[in-house]
Amino acid sequence: MPGISIEEVRQVAHLARLQLSDDELSVLQGELSALLEHVARITQLDTEGVPPTAHPLPLFNVLRLDEPRSGLTPAEALAAAPAVDRGRFSVPSILGDAL
Amino acid sequence: MSILDDGVVAIAEAVRTGTVRASDIVDDTLERIDAGDADLHCFLTVMADHARERAAEIDAAVQAGVDPGPLAGVPVALKDNLCTKGTLTTCSSKILGNWVPPYDATVVERLRAAGAIVVGKTNLDEFAMGSSTENSAFGPTRNPWDTSRVPGGSSGGSAAAVAAGFVPLALGSDTGGSIRQPASLCGVVGVKPTYGLVSRYGLIAFASSLDQIGTFASTVEDAALGLEAIAGHDPLDSTSFDRAAPSLVESLFEGVAGMRVGVIDEFAAEVSPSCAAATFAAAEALSAAGAKVERVSVPEVLHGLAAYYVIAPAEASSNLARYDGVRYGLRVDAPDVATMNALTRGAGFGLEVRRRIMIGTYALSAGYYDEYYGQAQRVRTLVARAFERAYRDFDVLLAPMTPSVAFAFGEKTKNPLDMYVSDVCAVPSNLAGHPAVSVPFALGEADMPVGVQVLAPALGEAVMLRTAMALETAAPRNARAPIVGRDPRPRPLATEGAIDA
Amino acid sequence: MPEGFETVIGLEVHCELSTATKLFCSCANAFGDEPNSNVCPVCLGLPGSLPVLNRRAVEFAIRIGQALGGDIRPSIFHRKNYFYPDMPKDYQISQYDQPISSGGRLALPDGSVVGIVRAHMEEDTGKSTHIGESGRIHGASHSLVDYNRAGVPLVEIVSEPDIRSAEQARLYVSELRAVLVATGASDGRMEEGSLRVDANVSIRPTGTTDLGTRCEVKNLNSLRSLVRAISYEAERQSALIAGGGTVSQQTRHWDEGGGVTQLLRSKEEAYDYRYFPEPDLVPLVPDDSLLSAAAAGVGKMPSERRQSLAELLGVPGEALAAGPVADQAQTVIELDLDGLVIGAVACGADAHLALARAANEGASKAEGARRLDAGTFAGLIKLESGGILSATQSKAVLSVLIDEGGEPAEIARRLGFEAMGQSDLDELVDSVIAANPDEWRRYQEGDDKISGFLLGLVMRQSSGKANGKLVKDTFDLRRHAGTASQG
Ligand SMILES: [Mg+2]
Ligand SMILES: [Zn+2]
Repeated sequence: MPGISIEEVRQVAHLARLQLSDDELSVLQGELSALLEHVARITQLDTEGVPPTAHPLPLFNVLRLDEPRSGLTPAEALAAAPAVDRGRFSVPSILGDAL
Repeated sequence: MSILDDGVVAIAEAVRTGTVRASDIVDDTLERIDAGDADLHCFLTVMADHARERAAEIDAAVQAGVDPGPLAGVPVALKDNLCTKGTLTTCSSKILGNWVPPYDATVVERLRAAGAIVVGKTNLDEFAMGSSTENSAFGPTRNPWDTSRVPGGSSGGSAAAVAAGFVPLALGSDTGGSIRQPASLCGVVGVKPTYGLVSRYGLIAFASSLDQIGTFASTVEDAALGLEAIAGHDPLDSTSFDRAAPSLVESLFEGVAGMRVGVIDEFAAEVSPSCAAATFAAAEALSAAGAKVERVSVPEVLHGLAAYYVIAPAEASSNLARYDGVRYGLRVDAPDVATMNALTRGAGFGLEVRRRIMIGTYALSAGYYDEYYGQAQRVRTLVARAFERAYRDFDVLLAPMTPSVAFAFGEKTKNPLDMYVSDVCAVPSNLAGHPAVSVPFALGEADMPVGVQVLAPALGEAVMLRTAMALETAAPRNARAPIVGRDPRPRPLATEGAIDA
Repeated sequence: MPEGFETVIGLEVHCELSTATKLFCSCANAFGDEPNSNVCPVCLGLPGSLPVLNRRAVEFAIRIGQALGGDIRPSIFHRKNYFYPDMPKDYQISQYDQPISSGGRLALPDGSVVGIVRAHMEEDTGKSTHIGESGRIHGASHSLVDYNRAGVPLVEIVSEPDIRSAEQARLYVSELRAVLVATGASDGRMEEGSLRVDANVSIRPTGTTDLGTRCEVKNLNSLRSLVRAISYEAERQSALIAGGGTVSQQTRHWDEGGGVTQLLRSKEEAYDYRYFPEPDLVPLVPDDSLLSAAAAGVGKMPSERRQSLAELLGVPGEALAAGPVADQAQTVIELDLDGLVIGAVACGADAHLALARAANEGASKAEGARRLDAGTFAGLIKLESGGILSATQSKAVLSVLIDEGGEPAEIARRLGFEAMGQSDLDELVDSVIAANPDEWRRYQEGDDKISGFLLGLVMRQSSGKANGKLVKDTFDLRRHAGTASQG
């Protein structure tokens, strides 16, 4: 039976960048386990040799010409930003977290 | 009475010929919203000034002998996940509560080009995740037929706005029934077109491979006219069909004589007796109109729901990553960027959105991808193949739309799965990318409306809407909104239309 | 490197394509503009926006794949999910298990061959500036993001772990850069970030075939940092092993100022990218129209150009692997001046001299030199090799020729570069001998070191008009004459 441990829930919340309280995490543990159980019915299906459908359309090679068009002005681009500094989007310290 | 109640076709005709001024129509609409929306809460934003300006432009055009287009002067409501330049677009989420897009969705441009007038932005389940509009961060919408009940969702605000008679036309989006289910619950027509028929550019994504924009109206003809206006190729959407918009209204009245209609067996056991009975009554009506109606078994459709509840959250978890407090929307401050992201998202997303992001993240994560996402995609193939098989024998398929009539507030919020099951009849069409429409056909429990669903193969809108038209003709008038002037609740049906549990 | 160990290196090179617009939107692909001025709803990741693939970028990617001998196949795009503020959607649209080009190889000038795993398309991120005392990511108080670069088309070229030294890595990147420039797909400007390298470095006992635990080193933005970082990292890992420890899998950041690699992420903190097919895009199938558009306009590959030069110089191809001639050949190829050399030789110029002038004087004014007519250039080389112009004079004429055009002989006349007549030269040499009797004696006694001094004096006093070779001949004549008269 698929189930999900509280540690896994915590890990998934971290991956998804969601700050959740311990209470929220444990409620989610129950809900996600129930959902996975429901969804598990398809994991039992025999799909040997069945190709995946990523997309319902039979389209391919949708391309555009390499011709520039004007987009937004810097002011428009920055209009909704929570914090702006020197014409750029300002964010708190990135730490050594990633590159 | 107002010409608003005569619908899209009549309004456009009257405005184009100069019989009625667009400005008067807009005044009527704004008045009705003003009077009635405090109760119903269909709208998150009413664009009164914009609507009046547009109406004046259209009236001036008519005066000058310029044809404003097929939707001249028609007031339209937009689900608030469609981007409107200069007007708040929130997705009913706190995380986008203050966001004003710098661009218009393609459908908004198309509506404008057709002469329609956008009057406001309607309520939805946050990021279109839900089936009752209870998941809106700004409070639920109420069903105009009975304000103690939900209007369905996620496009509940658009469905209710048409049902209430505020607007004759509204747009919604349908990822797993989000147009058709509220249409059914509100007694209006709701069309989900073929994936790729209507541009998604400017539709705030929930699940990109499933999302499709469609129309709500009181009648099939009105919904079809609206769809004609917004359909067609858009170079800004790579998944848009490269072909001209189809003519839908033209063939609408050709009837169903000789048409092969299959009634899907599998859903009857999934829905309430009244909803099943409405489907069988619809089948009989089509048969009486000359269609060849048979039952057909498509067992794979029952796997649709589980596949959907893997694929949709998985795509959503990625689509909603961008709400991180950096470029727009809410930010909750923190000393480092990772914590800022997490606090912002924790505070900005509601419960259901967080739940789906979690399930989707889990389904895509290392070690689970193939078991869940990969498998769901293979099941998607099975569902599409099953439909393919059925369409060898049938032109259209008939199915119930919803498991029940509109339910009461709070009835399905305790257990998320209860709510998810509302989509069981709807999701197979989204998985296959096929069109489907919900047509009001009967009154069920508590005299609430019941819709019946017509499904068609890809790009089969014309034959699908023709079938829907035949159903509309056969359906009792009192099963259909708008409910303006009904006092205070719709009266029970005459015996032949009433379906009792 | 401890005895008995070898370094194993695989490189991931990100190459920005020289398209006019970005990969998925019509914003200008430009470097150095005002921050956030080349942006639109798509490349800012605004809600509701959708990507549409740039045809030219696809053609460039196909060119690169073909130049590396890759197999051009139907491909799809995936989303690579991770949070980072300079990535507007918090996922990168990239290619994953179905890249546009699979396999291939790159032959290096030293004769070694590096296998290519794949070349795939992806979008670039924006650019963060770290504000704070250090100016670096560590210890910054906040960061500022400019999205002009977000969505710029990249091709990422992943090598097999076939590289065995920092020097070979340098050679690989420099050869790859030349290939990319030859395809026309990239300007190859490392200093502008057009080419960025990540290195996977591990060490293992020589002669074994299993790969050691690797560390990925990021932020290698010049050939110099590539060599330094790999050397540092190999030393760091061998020191660990020599001390009885083990290498743990990490992502490390090259700190150019400090000259060290620093830990960014351990294996446990490694991202779970949750790749899945990008639903907003449709599959890409290289059809005839794409393939033929890709093939048009591809230049000669650097290896072919080296071969042509080697034939011209009458040396075996391997001679161009190292040494001064090899450096000159590499320079003219990189600056696209090899055509000028080849053309001049066809007009009768001396190959070695033409190569030397093109690689030195030509290189300092490469843009103008590329416009030179090969026949005119050959004319100049012939004046010099025929002793009409001295080397100094020839260089001066070439400079004017590049700047202003004209005829070499006419320019030489205008500059007063009449070659010094033999009688004037005899006079000058004799006066130098008379003024420096001691030096002249040592010269006569066979002290060759002193010859440069005397030669230099004559050259200086002739204001560069004397031909060095003739001066030497004249001194030698005097020596033989002196020896004869004394004897
Ligand atoms: Mg990459
Ligand atoms: Zn852009």
